[in-house]
Amino acid sequence: MLTACSDSPSDTESSSSSSDGASSGIVSAWGSEPQNPLIPTNTSEVGGGKILDLIYAGLVYYDADGAAHNEVAESIETEDAQNYTVTLKADQTFTNGDPVTAQSFVDAWNYGALLSNAQLGSYFFDDIEGFSYDVDSPLTGLVVVDDTTFTVKLLQPESDWPLRLGYSAFYPLPAVAFEDIAAFGENPIGNGSYKLAEEGSWEHNVGISLIPNPDYTGDRVAQNGGVDIKFYETLDGAYNDLLADQLDVLDSIPDSAYSTFQDELGDRAVNQPAAIFQSFTIPQGLAHFSGDEGKLRRQAISKAINREEITDAIFQGTRTPASDFTSPVIDGWSDAIEGSEVLAFDEEGAQDLWAQADAISPWEGTFTIGYNSDGGHQAWVDAVTNSIKNTLGIEAQGNPIPTFADFRTQVTGRTIAGAFRTGWQFDYPSLYNGLAPLYVTGAGSNDGDYSSPEFDALLKEGAAAKSVEDANALFEQAEEILFQDLPAIPLWYANVTGGSSTLVDNVEFGWNSVPLLYQVTKD
Amino acid sequence: MAWYIGRRVLQMIPVFLGATLLIYAMVFALPGDPVLALGGDRGLNPAVAEQIRAEFNLDKPFIVQYLLYLKGILTLDFGTTFSGREVIDVMGEAFPVTFKLAIMALVFEGFFGIVLGLVAGLRKGGFFDATVLLVSLLVIALPTFVIGFVVQFIVGVKLRWLPPTVGGDVSFQTLLMPAIVLGAVSFAYVLRLTRTSVSENLTADFVRTATAKGLSRNRVVTVHVLRNSLIPVVTFLGSDLGGLMAGAIVTEGIFNIPGVGNTLYKAIQQGQAPTVVSLVTVLVVVYIVANLFVDLLYAALDPRIRYA
Repeated sequence: MLTACSDSPSDTESSSSSSDGASSGIVSAWGSEPQNPLIPTNTSEVGGGKILDLIYAGLVYYDADGAAHNEVAESIETEDAQNYTVTLKADQTFTNGDPVTAQSFVDAWNYGALLSNAQLGSYFFDDIEGFSYDVDSPLTGLVVVDDTTFTVKLLQPESDWPLRLGYSAFYPLPAVAFEDIAAFGENPIGNGSYKLAEEGSWEHNVGISLIPNPDYTGDRVAQNGGVDIKFYETLDGAYNDLLADQLDVLDSIPDSAYSTFQDELGDRAVNQPAAIFQSFTIPQGLAHFSGDEGKLRRQAISKAINREEITDAIFQGTRTPASDFTSPVIDGWSDAIEGSEVLAFDEEGAQDLWAQADAISPWEGTFTIGYNSDGGHQAWVDAVTNSIKNTLGIEAQGNPIPTFADFRTQVTGRTIAGAFRTGWQFDYPSLYNGLAPLYVTGAGSNDGDYSSPEFDALLKEGAAAKSVEDANALFEQAEEILFQDLPAIPLWYANVTGGSSTLVDNVEFGWNSVPLLYQVTKD
Repeated sequence: MAWYIGRRVLQMIPVFLGATLLIYAMVFALPGDPVLALGGDRGLNPAVAEQIRAEFNLDKPFIVQYLLYLKGILTLDFGTTFSGREVIDVMGEAFPVTFKLAIMALVFEGFFGIVLGLVAGLRKGGFFDATVLLVSLLVIALPTFVIGFVVQFIVGVKLRWLPPTVGGDVSFQTLLMPAIVLGAVSFAYVLRLTRTSVSENLTADFVRTATAKGLSRNRVVTVHVLRNSLIPVVTFLGSDLGGLMAGAIVTEGIFNIPGVGNTLYKAIQQGQAPTVVSLVTVLVVVYIVANLFVDLLYAALDPRIRYA
């Protein structure tokens, strides 16, 4: 018998309960206009995700450290990591009075998975029996037993599956949502710590007002009188508002203030590692980068990059040089994986490896890293390519692509020349989420077309492992293979940089770099 | 007069068609598939991307997309954004805000520009004239975003007289600072234009005649000098209204004003043709109407100009 989630919040120092009781002030927080109506399965960006996390409660929630705790779930049980039985707490309600039942979850997930609903988050359900990427097909693996129980059958054993259930795609929906989903997305009805202040609280391009939900019974009880999320066009404007106490919580510091924000905000500044991994991918088919020659060249390129210097000079310490392919905030992360020494700057080693590769087939041409020039990547790409150029004595430069849409089109169509930037923000705190979607043969975000049967087998074995510890040991072995093949060159982990005004207390950022707004206090 | 206005209004139709076609073609020519950007760095399931493309007619040839868009406009349906909102609603939120901002900027630049320009023109070569010229030269030399950031930081963060950004709180008070920033460069132009125009007209024959008739200095300046000097200034102000509305993009970004500039910028970035075309087309119409209005004002300013 294995229960995936502990029931009591851990009592570590950073786990929070407001010591000075609830406050009544309304906290203003930074946000951005959601790209879509507020439907959990169709929200794939932080602007909408932040709001959904406040107005919905899922089966589990994540504390500041990324540990999962039951929220709506009473228990999530499995014998074989493939068949799960989910039991809900009794007497949970949506803010319109409807009960939160097993059906609320099953219907919402089926809606999200159905191809013709074209939900951006549909792939979250692709390991549940019945899922199809090609035709409309119901999730046959979801079976409602009674009001508070349903069973889930996965396509294969996955021990970290319960860990995912705090992600917004897995939130329940009331029956009224399906009558007119677009209208529902304008005025969503949830079961979380907060609810919309009134019909039409979401003022497009301006903000959204949330008030505490009096019927909420979980651990994330609002410690303030409400949250006003204000949408900003530029981070600079938001930062000035923060300095003027017109904004209480900001979760992203503008580049222009990297060097000054810690002095300006003092102990109100936040700068800590987040679950964001940044790299550049060298496609498997790129000339000179496959086979044994490719392995040598990839290792040489990695050793030719002075990550310490670049994170200091360009990011002013708001990035942490990478020591693996995941993130230090994820349980099971290690900075001592065999092979990780290729991430250390080593001029001679790099030149030596490059010369060995030249012996196989002489190098010609220019090494390029593609990036979208509307995303503020130029500075680091130039620094990285210069580092490669100076160390290896070859031509290396950035390949700017005007818009993100064009960049994604070239990456998706495999028409991009040379290497290109890749970034991954974890959806849920599990090593598996940082490895499987990116490097498993044929996976959705495997844009470099990497394929390694050994790696695939280890991931599959890890997913089916009986415990998270066993799984993490197998994932670590899988990373050892990545360090030999280097399908992508790890660069750094992005930090969450943020701050708070002088008017609020208990500001803490979660594992996913979003502030835990429900516990912020303001008088 | 009515015939003249009617003719000018009819001329708008080909301009409208040409503008929409041209802008639609430009957005269509933007590289990349806007739908693929919706999935972020993670990418998108191809079948889902295909569905979204079909929903927004992005899978059809250019001319079909354009004609479908035109067909919608005839029934006042300007299409929807990727987030499923009616473009007409988006415009209904953005235009009033930008219009308020632009009118405030126009009043500011018009009033102060003409008054200071008149004084400088009447005292040409004096100390006041030299100071005003120097200051206006400085304002023209500084890019709007520099003025914007500096003003925002000093007034909003250091002195705390006004909130640094506007956001949802659109009022005369909150728009004051952005309007001054937006109108600053034009203010300098209006001032210099008025000054030159006034100082030229001061030596004109009709002014000498008016003075010789024994009219008071005040009457000469206001009725004869100013009225004739205002013709180039009014032309400038009229064409500037459209310029202010389109140029508000930088100011709106700095002060976080939910207006046309912000909306347009985002729509261009996301390659949403219906939104971009609708917004720009309305801007074009504003331009045309403002120009018509200026032409009609000429008649009031200069009796020699009559429209038949």
